[in-house]
Amino acid sequence: MTEDEIRAAYLTALTSVAPDIEAEAIGPDDHLQEDLELDSMDVLNLVAVLQKALGVDIPERDCPQIATLALAVGYLGRRLAG
Amino acid sequence: MAFETITKPEDVRASAALTEDIRARFTWDDARAMLAGLPGGKLNIAHEALDAHVAAGHGADPAMTWLGKDGARRAFTYADLAGQTARFAHVLRAHGLGVGDRVFGLMGREVELFVAALGTLKAGMVFSPLFSAFGPEPIRTRMEIGAANALVTTAAIYKRKIAEWWRDLPSLRLILIVGDDAPEGCVALGPAMAAASDTFAPVPMDPEDTALIHFTSGTTGQPKGAVHVHGAVAWHAMTGRYALEMRAGTRYWCTADPGWVTGTSYGIIAPLVNRVHMLMDEGEFDLDRWYSTLQDERIEVWYTAPTAIRMMMRAGDAAAKPYDFSALRFLASVGEPLNPEAVVWGNRVFGRPFHDNWWQTETGGIVIANTQAMDIKPGSMGKPLPGQVAGIVERDGDGVREFGEGEIGELALRPGWPSMMRAYLHEQARYDKAFVGGWYLTGDLAMRDADGYFWFVGRADDLIKTSGHLIGPFEVESALIEHEAVAEAAVIGLPDETAGEVVRAYVCLNPGFEPSEEIEKSIRGHARRRLGPAVAPREVVFRKTLPKTRSGKTMRRLLKAREMGLPEGDISTLESDET
Repeated sequence: MTEDEIRAAYLTALTSVAPDIEAEAIGPDDHLQEDLELDSMDVLNLVAVLQKALGVDIPERDCPQIATLALAVGYLGRRLAG
Repeated sequence: MAFETITKPEDVRASAALTEDIRARFTWDDARAMLAGLPGGKLNIAHEALDAHVAAGHGADPAMTWLGKDGARRAFTYADLAGQTARFAHVLRAHGLGVGDRVFGLMGREVELFVAALGTLKAGMVFSPLFSAFGPEPIRTRMEIGAANALVTTAAIYKRKIAEWWRDLPSLRLILIVGDDAPEGCVALGPAMAAASDTFAPVPMDPEDTALIHFTSGTTGQPKGAVHVHGAVAWHAMTGRYALEMRAGTRYWCTADPGWVTGTSYGIIAPLVNRVHMLMDEGEFDLDRWYSTLQDERIEVWYTAPTAIRMMMRAGDAAAKPYDFSALRFLASVGEPLNPEAVVWGNRVFGRPFHDNWWQTETGGIVIANTQAMDIKPGSMGKPLPGQVAGIVERDGDGVREFGEGEIGELALRPGWPSMMRAYLHEQARYDKAFVGGWYLTGDLAMRDADGYFWFVGRADDLIKTSGHLIGPFEVESALIEHEAVAEAAVIGLPDETAGEVVRAYVCLNPGFEPSEEIEKSIRGHARRRLGPAVAPREVVFRKTLPKTRSGKTMRRLLKAREMGLPEGDISTLESDET
């Protein structure tokens, strides 16, 4: 998967969990909880949607690694490659 | 599967603050003796929490260590907090507020929230905390019901949730913004505090004077403002000691959000009254951060919640392995029933079981608890604390019928302990309805076993408990039908292994709208904007019609029973069914 595809998949997952957020309004460094106001259940749901969409396993302790779009693109890229 | 009772070793039993002996000899004088008081039978919660300790020579003792999200660390002594709260009390006075006026707090785990809560009480005013993740709608509703005179919040929250509507609230005279700058019409708290004196004698209050208003959800109608008094502090002092093992200097961490009652009673008042050294972490749940904090801060007593515990469990034992939890001596949980697996897991990973306890906004403090001296039956909420009489009852005309052991009924308490609510604000009828035949009825269904342990069974009404938040379906439904596509809505809680329950909405669409993924997202997005993520439904499903009674009331319990594959119960009042 290319970076652009991963970015698109992340944004789709995020806006399906939190449809109050517009994909275009999400900055690369916006933090899920601090800036986008997701709660911890939202983050769990986002992990579940991403795991299903991308077919990767995201362990609980790696949650901080998907906390921003920029972090997630890097992390998911490594998971998909690994 | 039945879980084995966890028996306590003799040394743990003997170390408990509440031994069998103390329990047997308890009188209300024991609780009152834990307070310093003020002359003439007066008292003030802020005096008990701060100034009395300073006066007794403990001003230099550590009161709070605050950890910022970004790694910042700030330490406060009892004298520091006494001074800060004095400044805050002066700021309120300088803006024309007086005894009995109502100050609302709306922010996360920030130092200023503690200062605001205790500074307000010090000035003899009434404090009401709001959950900062609420959307604008629940905030406005609660501030209207409480006729707020002042609000303390942050610039970011003000801009997103307050700026648009606050001028329509005639009672609201002052908005204090944390930091050095404030938007037009508001006052920056930083410079105002800096200019104020750091001495302020706590206003002597009558024990029955209102101190706090905690909002809680109702099944129907608006949220209820439960009124609590200064005299409640006797129960906070006592339960902090007996149910949570607080002692002077105990390193204590309560993870509850300060916007709810636990975050006030056991995140501010009880720990400070018991002169503990409390930890406050600004950040939200993060597995490694939490484990590190327990280890590095040498936390001794930890009061947390089932959702967080279950998230830790999901990560597995290995994630906890690298950490040293040897400082921990007491673990407790509240917010919703803690499943037995989690109790057993805690015992394995931390070397100590979680002690579940039960209480609610109305009770102001812990009522039923597993205490240090008790053997633990995983899944049970424990036994009533000294001074409490609990029963299992059923409404029967104007009275109640009491049940014996093993029978399921409504959990009821004999009123009269210090932190019991004194009213639902402006709602005498709703308040009166909660008392029958000399009992306060809690709305929870429970069972008492042969050993006197109580077991939670479910709610007696349609309220939803999700991630420790009590949510009224009516408030959610009201927001949903404001969406242009929604004609009708019914909201229920469905079981969830992490959150306890999750909110699900059933909606019927207006003519011209067809069910689609797009509409589903649009409705959920609307609800999240209005209500905030904790309250808004996580799922929206479409129906052509909803099951209704002859009087037109939606039968939420029927939707829930069908979803869960349970018996439908009495459907004799069903007039039109769901399609």
